[in-house]
Amino acid sequence: MSSISPAPALPSADDDSNRRISIARRQRVQDVIFHRLTQAFSLIVLLALLGIILSLLINAWPTFRKFGIDFIWTAEWDIINEEFGALIAIVGTLLSAGIAMLIAVPLAFGIALFLTETCPVWLRRPLGVSIELLAAVPSIIYGMFGLFVFAPLFATWFQAPVKEIAGGMPIIGSLFGGATNGLGILAAGIILAFMVLPFVAAVMRDVFEIVPQILRESAYGMGCTTFEVVRKVVLPYTQKGVIGGVMLGLGRALGETMAVTFVIGNANRMPTSLFSPGTSIASTLANEFGEAADFHLSTLFALGLLLFLITFIVLGLAKVLILRAEKSKGI
Amino acid sequence: MSNIDLGLYRRRQLSNRIGLTLSMLAMVLGLAVLLWILVVLFKNGLAAIDLNLFTQDTPAPGSEGGGLRNAIVGSLMMLGLTVLVATPVGVLAGVYLAEYGDTSKTASFTRFVTDIMLSAPSIVLGLFVYAIAVATVKQFSGYAGSLALSLIAVPVIVRTTENMLRLVPGSLREAAFALGAPRWKVATLITLRAARSGVITGLLLALARISGETAPLLFTALNNQFFNTDMAKPMANLPVVIFQFAMSPYDNWIRLAWAGALLITLTVLLLNIIARVLFRARAQG
Repeated sequence: MSSISPAPALPSADDDSNRRISIARRQRVQDVIFHRLTQAFSLIVLLALLGIILSLLINAWPTFRKFGIDFIWTAEWDIINEEFGALIAIVGTLLSAGIAMLIAVPLAFGIALFLTETCPVWLRRPLGVSIELLAAVPSIIYGMFGLFVFAPLFATWFQAPVKEIAGGMPIIGSLFGGATNGLGILAAGIILAFMVLPFVAAVMRDVFEIVPQILRESAYGMGCTTFEVVRKVVLPYTQKGVIGGVMLGLGRALGETMAVTFVIGNANRMPTSLFSPGTSIASTLANEFGEAADFHLSTLFALGLLLFLITFIVLGLAKVLILRAEKSKGI
Repeated sequence: MSNIDLGLYRRRQLSNRIGLTLSMLAMVLGLAVLLWILVVLFKNGLAAIDLNLFTQDTPAPGSEGGGLRNAIVGSLMMLGLTVLVATPVGVLAGVYLAEYGDTSKTASFTRFVTDIMLSAPSIVLGLFVYAIAVATVKQFSGYAGSLALSLIAVPVIVRTTENMLRLVPGSLREAAFALGAPRWKVATLITLRAARSGVITGLLLALARISGETAPLLFTALNNQFFNTDMAKPMANLPVVIFQFAMSPYDNWIRLAWAGALLITLTVLLLNIIARVLFRARAQG
């Protein structure tokens, strides 16, 4: 689709051909303007990214000048004495997101397997849509659900019995120490798992559908069971896409604010057990930004910068892996 | 000829059955969570929905009753402005990626960045907007809130617009070119028009996505206890009101939070369903 050449001039009518040439010229100018205009709008996205990184760097600068790189692994968050380190929030972020992925990935795999292999065809669409609707529920709803509905049930039916049974054991016991009020790192991880589950399941379903039917049929022809087909043919074939989907979910879980803030307990202490309250980068920002001033504000920007860098790397890797999976779909 | 290992056969059958049962249980659990959330929302939200919700403003701490009028109006105004800003930006950028984006390196990089921005932590976008639009003028505002929401909506619109434009058959473009139409006319009057319902689907999905976003509004639009239609001032909005009220010790605040949560969820789910129906109608038509 190269540029449009001017309409051929008719030798008999000079006026007419001049008119046509001028129209063609005008249209070419309009085309160039349109090209540049749309390009400028697409550059806005790039500029926004650049702006985000720059503004975070500038505002976080005082923090890094004072504490240096040690800011990242100092476990201290004393607002009054202005001693700050990001480690508590980083640990909380990684722990809650890690727990979420441990729960969400097997479940998402199960859902994707069901939707692509065992589900009757007429049910596929409605079930797929309901999983996508689950993904559309705003995260603040997950947070409220977690705080008002899940936490009390979790305290009575999981935390208390588990503490009763495992509390006395030597090493495992310390994992389940602390208050059993339903809030804490583990509760946040579980709520996050519910939240990222539909994202991961949707990506897995999409990449499972890429697998050429002929591969499946060959495996079935050799006498494989459905589960073997998925585990030994579909899964290896879609490996990159599946990992990409998991990383996408991880990126969401790391940066999630509302679902976590409601249930993590919001304590700036290093968590000692799975039940102890903690904080994540995002929930620290949500809780403290409103009352922060001067230097405290800069440390919050530094936390935001760290969060952005972590998620950027995770999401970037996810994207690359999914792209590669899509490219290799034609065998 | 009976050299079939029956034991192995049974083990494989068993592991197959266990695997498939577990996968079905995972599906049931996913559906149960969706259902559970909806039931809880309806149970707590419906009890709190009455006429006062739409006619009264958010109550002061400790006072009785109250509604969410200011928050609903604030949310609608910010969402409206966001759609007005994000639509042209997103659609034109999408047109660029679909029409000119095959060859250029910048375009593929833009696509990559857009995909990352789709899942970037929204609270960080809030920090960015705070730095450029709140700290500079020392005033939280509805405009800043809209800007933060736009940053979330634009990538969604860009990606859906591009994907929808790419679904338009190339022969349609070629036919238009053969008639002597210039490129900008082909893009706006032919392809964009052919992909219209798909693009609208993208807009609806973007709207659904930002309707429930809370984190980026915390430091931009802030909140406002009073009725306010001046977007240059802090603005009440449903998500932040829900966040504050749900975490509060007052019963009527928590009730209002549930009512707001129900309103938001219904809006988001409805937008999603409309978008799907629209797109499906197009795919069949």
